[in-house]
Amino acid sequence: MNNAATMRAWFSGGTLLWPLVGLGLLLAFNLMFSNNFFALKILDGRLYGTPVDVFHQGSKVMLLAMGMTLVIATGGVDLSVGSIMAITGAVAAVLVTQTQFALATILAISLAIATIAGLCNGLLVALAGIQPIVATLILMVAGRGVAMLLTGGQIITINDPAFVFLGTGQFLGLPFTITIVALVFLVTILAVRKTAAGLFLESVGDNEKAASYSGVNARFVKILAYTYSGLCAGFAGLIATANIKAADSSRVGEMMELDAIFAVVVGGTALTGGRFTVIGSIIGALLIQTLTTTMYNLGVAPAVAPVPKALVIIAVCLMQSAAFRAHIKSFFSQWRRP
Amino acid sequence: MTSVCSVVNALFPMAAEILRMRDIHKAFQSVKALDGVSLTLRTGEIHALMGENGAGKSTLIKVLTGVYLPDNGLIEFDGRQISPRSPREAEAAGISTVYQEINLVPTMSIADNILLGRQPTRLGCLRKRDMRRRAEAAIGRLGLELDVARSLGSCSLAVQQMVAIARALDVQARLLILDEPTSSLDEREVEFLFDIMRRLRAEGMAILFVTHFLNQVYAVSDRITVLRNGGFVGEFRTAELPRLQLISAMLGRTYEEVQHLKAPAETQRGDTFLEATGIGRRGLLNPMDLTIASGEVVGLAGLLGSGRSETAKLLFGIEKSDSGEMRMQGKPALIDSPRRAVRNGLAFSSEDRKSEGIIPHLSVRENLILAMQASRGVLRLLSRNEQHALAEHYIRALNIKTPSPETPIQNLSGGNQQKVLLGRWLALQPKLIMLDEPTRGIDVGAKAEIEKLVHSLRAKGMAVLFISSDLEEIVRTCERVAVLRDRSKVGELTGAEVQPGRIMNMIAHHE
Repeated sequence: MNNAATMRAWFSGGTLLWPLVGLGLLLAFNLMFSNNFFALKILDGRLYGTPVDVFHQGSKVMLLAMGMTLVIATGGVDLSVGSIMAITGAVAAVLVTQTQFALATILAISLAIATIAGLCNGLLVALAGIQPIVATLILMVAGRGVAMLLTGGQIITINDPAFVFLGTGQFLGLPFTITIVALVFLVTILAVRKTAAGLFLESVGDNEKAASYSGVNARFVKILAYTYSGLCAGFAGLIATANIKAADSSRVGEMMELDAIFAVVVGGTALTGGRFTVIGSIIGALLIQTLTTTMYNLGVAPAVAPVPKALVIIAVCLMQSAAFRAHIKSFFSQWRRP
Repeated sequence: MTSVCSVVNALFPMAAEILRMRDIHKAFQSVKALDGVSLTLRTGEIHALMGENGAGKSTLIKVLTGVYLPDNGLIEFDGRQISPRSPREAEAAGISTVYQEINLVPTMSIADNILLGRQPTRLGCLRKRDMRRRAEAAIGRLGLELDVARSLGSCSLAVQQMVAIARALDVQARLLILDEPTSSLDEREVEFLFDIMRRLRAEGMAILFVTHFLNQVYAVSDRITVLRNGGFVGEFRTAELPRLQLISAMLGRTYEEVQHLKAPAETQRGDTFLEATGIGRRGLLNPMDLTIASGEVVGLAGLLGSGRSETAKLLFGIEKSDSGEMRMQGKPALIDSPRRAVRNGLAFSSEDRKSEGIIPHLSVRENLILAMQASRGVLRLLSRNEQHALAEHYIRALNIKTPSPETPIQNLSGGNQQKVLLGRWLALQPKLIMLDEPTRGIDVGAKAEIEKLVHSLRAKGMAVLFISSDLEEIVRTCERVAVLRDRSKVGELTGAEVQPGRIMNMIAHHE
């Protein structure tokens, strides 16, 4: 009896349980099969090792996933984040190479443009009433064209060391990208949990009609979510551009919108909207990055890599599905009955 | 008796019984949706199925068409016992349904829609000529001339409805169910539909007609079956049933029984809080006047679809009025959104608790504070302590039964959900609260508590607009009642005039 109760608690565990279990299993796998996965060493005051790499490489998806979480909480989706990354990178590259602006000004302008791109998505969804997937698809497709126009179809290389620091610099012995993620994470958590934004996002996503009949400005809430997603994509775009010291408009952030959506869903926020967890999305992003890194370490060919990735994602999603857990539970109870 | 019947049946084969549903029971969890309902249809008759919301009409139809399996009861169709397990099985047996929302494919042609799912084929190829012929035959049976190659989307709603009927005819239906077919048609189109219904009746079709428009029932039906609260009230011949009696059958209590129920004594009325003159919206509500004073409970009575909820939604800014004006506390007020309504001290609790009230996955606490937080804006978040204090206060004050303030509201019973929603508004201390069917679908205890609550709100000087299809409840609660019929206000009763009999009379248009 006691056993059954434990099992029930296990199967109906909190939303963070399953992404953590998935991440744990993956780490355990690496402990056994990857060489020196957990080996950390300090060289010249810097921390080196695969876990650090995971955080560094995963920073872009973590940033995207935070904005995406808010959009998905409203019941929408933002497909344009990869393209917004490209636009932001292109703007920054053009400003760095062709103007004498201070770096702070350049970053502010680039992020402002990313934010405006997000705002446009929000206006299309909330005011024009276009379905999110279509509204953001417009910018997803057109955005790269805009970026190409800005860079004149060229890959612009950047040599300004201060800008490159964003993507490759070290701070407190860790890659600077981790600092950026930590700051954005802090701001996000404060913004959604220390104001009523979280409550409004969840109520609009869960039952928009009831929320707006209660006086919640549902349109404003949605516009806010898409705008914030644009800003997060801006940060990711700056990092991606600084990482490779070039604005490559056709490649930067390619398919990354899907990784961000995966991260959010794996993290425990339902695509149908409502309850969301920012920290879950971070765990989801880490899980995906760990998976990518693991396969890289094991020498899996990049062309084949999506297959195991898909399998892990399906497994975590199934574990989160209450219906699936109920099936498993009834299977176990049948098995135990005799 | 039986011999007489069989003789009659033998003499008039048209009047043979084709459908017999006996003692149908259906419960969802513990809620009885159908409790011993019977329905009998004869060939060549138009039979109206009537009842207010929640009476069990749609459940009964879903049992008949195989969407739900009944828990108990017998269905006999054409002399055989049937138990359809899907709409397809029901259709194969000869029972076809035309739904309120026409579920056809607007981009396909009329012929394609009529034959959708059973197109004649040869060797896997469509036989276009056959299709055309069959579609034309079905349309012809309705006395229509239409180019069946036209795309359905280019036709008017009325024609689309006809196509849906033609589709039903093509499957050799013996029984046609029309589920609120007239709600989106104008008067001429309704007449046209009635002509077709009469034509089919003459051919021996049995038609089950679901509607809430009284005039239409009297215009076209032969017999009426009335349901109320999942129970069977009676079967009547339309020609022998006065309107008043039909209304009392639908609303409960006979006319004589309710004559003596009394209205509450008129209390101290405050100043007029809200004064609406000529507000309305085309196709939704005809222009009407309404005033409500502080410390007054005004009732809105009328049948389903008479414009009760629409009135409240216009006042609350959910629907925008296209005529007239509103004054609040003597000053002109423009209310074009719920947010503005809330800012002006209005509150509205919808009749549709599930889709317009609760935020299902959020906690009781979050549901309780939502309106208050919304009015404070996004930046001034109520502190944890304030939230808990508010939640605890209303859980205690309204006697909400919940394991904890953190329980998702969807886990509560209907009555407790309703109390949470009332608490959500009371936290704002509104000047006018509009309650649309606040006691629907909740148990008797919670009902009494909500009625008591309304009385105490009045005593505190709040203005209340109270909407209910339960006449006794209206009479017990309201000192003034506005009566609606067919989307118009037809009159108002005050003080001693507020009696169920008078209200029914007004609804039936006998005064």
